[in-house]
Amino acid sequence: MAEALGMWAGALRAQRIDRLGTLLTLAGAAALYLLPFVVVKANRIVPGEPHTLAAVLPPAVTLACTVCLALAAAAALLAANARLRLAAALLALVAVLLCLAAAGDALSPAGNRVVRIAPGAGFWVLLLCLGLLATDAITRLAPRPGRRVLLLFAFLAAAVLALASGAFDHLSIMREYAVNQERFGRELRQHVALALGSLAAAVVVGLPLGIFCHRVPRVREAILGTLNVIQTVPAIALFGILMAPLGALAAAYPLAERLGIRGIGAAPAAIALFLYSLLPIVANTVLGLKRVSRTAVEAARGMGMTDTQVLARIEMPLSLPVILTGIRVVLVQNIGMVTVAALIGGGGLGTFVFQGIGQTAIDLVLLGAIPIVVLAFSAAVLLDALVEVLDRGGH
Amino acid sequence: MITIENLSKQYGSTTVVDGVSMQIERNSITVIVGTSGSGKSTLLRMINRLVEPTGGRVLLDGRDTRGEPAHLLRRRIGYAIQGHGLFPHRTVGENIGTVPKLLGWDAQRVRARVHELLEVFQLDPQRYAQAFPHELSGGQQQRVGVARALAAEPAVLLMDEPFGALDPIIRAKAQEDLLAIQRRFGTTVVLVTHDMDEAFHLGDHVAVMSQGRLLQYDRPAVLLTHPADPFVSRMTGLADRALRLLSLTSAGELAGPGELAGPEVPATASLRDALSQILWCGAQGAQVIGADGKPCGQLTVAAILAHARPA
Repeated sequence: MAEALGMWAGALRAQRIDRLGTLLTLAGAAALYLLPFVVVKANRIVPGEPHTLAAVLPPAVTLACTVCLALAAAAALLAANARLRLAAALLALVAVLLCLAAAGDALSPAGNRVVRIAPGAGFWVLLLCLGLLATDAITRLAPRPGRRVLLLFAFLAAAVLALASGAFDHLSIMREYAVNQERFGRELRQHVALALGSLAAAVVVGLPLGIFCHRVPRVREAILGTLNVIQTVPAIALFGILMAPLGALAAAYPLAERLGIRGIGAAPAAIALFLYSLLPIVANTVLGLKRVSRTAVEAARGMGMTDTQVLARIEMPLSLPVILTGIRVVLVQNIGMVTVAALIGGGGLGTFVFQGIGQTAIDLVLLGAIPIVVLAFSAAVLLDALVEVLDRGGH
Repeated sequence: MITIENLSKQYGSTTVVDGVSMQIERNSITVIVGTSGSGKSTLLRMINRLVEPTGGRVLLDGRDTRGEPAHLLRRRIGYAIQGHGLFPHRTVGENIGTVPKLLGWDAQRVRARVHELLEVFQLDPQRYAQAFPHELSGGQQQRVGVARALAAEPAVLLMDEPFGALDPIIRAKAQEDLLAIQRRFGTTVVLVTHDMDEAFHLGDHVAVMSQGRLLQYDRPAVLLTHPADPFVSRMTGLADRALRLLSLTSAGELAGPGELAGPEVPATASLRDALSQILWCGAQGAQVIGADGKPCGQLTVAAILAHARPA
């Protein structure tokens, strides 16, 4: 504590006011005092009645939460120590989440399952500010890749435990989850399967295609150009384009239909995602191979490595970080794009998003959207860490 | 011994190497020198079949190099290039052990050989075997490149402008190292360069190439005294050919009996360096000092000057 006070004093003397901290503090304060913390709706589709934090919770709780937020603001503005900033952000995050859970409990009429308590704009802005403060602090700490992955799993585990504890069960999104529990698991698996499956297929095809493009420069422009054109076709249009030939295929061959190849459903979605995935993988494979030092390849051949050995022992390991960067792009892109697959019956978390839009039930949209964001974020963290581990020693 | 018979390489209608024939002696250093585009690198790369000839053949100890798959041939021939070509993702030890591993040596033997070579090249194995190439200085990287080329004890070592990327001081050290290594292992070295000083300093024999043709192939002194072609005299340098000639003979070889007042020069110094010393001191000759540190004769300016032109 004395150390923390000393650090603040030092920052004040040096007049080091953090710019990001200033922005986050202003946004956070505005969210706390001007925007509703929770919204109470008579049922899941009507617009609700906004409440501030102070209006909902006992003064003591409100005060405690405000103190936590003030500490976070002070750390954001003045502290240079990244650990301190992270600790303050996490403390405030826990406080805000506990307040949300408490607000849910306080506002839910006993026995009434129709009334919905939804987090308000104020809550979301506070969450965003504290999340940014925490990620900024983690970036400043520059943890090693292994530690970043551990941190990710710790956050995910904490989130799952918090949700499973039942503390948030009164909140609208968890109500939607309770209703759709069985489907949620199925669609989540379908979402991940579509994203990973099309990625795997794209790697299996794209890697050899990239190597081919590298070896035969004459075809490079043609192949990359074609893939570029595919990339510019909007997802919905591509689904439409695929619908006709796949439908015809299913009509002509009953076996194809029994295997799930139809004009609508998972098949066109998987094929479209596969096509979108090809460009980043092929382009990055070509780029990665081009980046490999010519003298290293020349030396490898001169010392008696066969073409296969040069590829497997020199070219592939040296271009792997660049290829993995392409895979990272594809995975994050796919996790987002699978959402649209729900429109043609492909399943996945997009099902909730589009159902929610159709019913003007914003909580259902969030039930689909939030896990998609978490999945994409986790994939990015995991693959970034992998790229960094593999790139070490490379330069 | 390497026998090159009427070797040619054409790319389309362009002839890069044009009917070159030469015999490269065992346990010697042969330097192929020429301007860029003279075909010297292509000639070198046809010896280990990195470039396949369009005509002629290469015999290694009497056997045609086309008698076995190219990659197996290359494992028997050391190869070092400009900019070292070390594998950046592998440690120094793994780099050096590349060819032994390709040849299926067991791990114990590879490790022993790596340590031996690191010591030969004055790199502490404890410190450098596990290091990555980017942690080394330019001179150290170049030494590891040569050590890697020598790892499987090849009888022949091909070097393509191996010292081209080094600064003058490190290059001089690398050249001395190469001479010492060649004497120690008795390797047959074929080295390509565009630097005439390097060719004269290192080569037991020097081959001069221009526009794909071998113009002259002989001992350095003969290149100076009896150039076969105007291009050869231009390459060897007309202005300083007398001094070049002096640089090819050591003071010890020309020392006569007697003791003379003058600077002391080691017997291993070239006549050129000895003359420079004498001129600097304003003397008429020098004392030659043997390897044992004792005077072993005198060297007069007259004797040096008599040596500075064709006999």
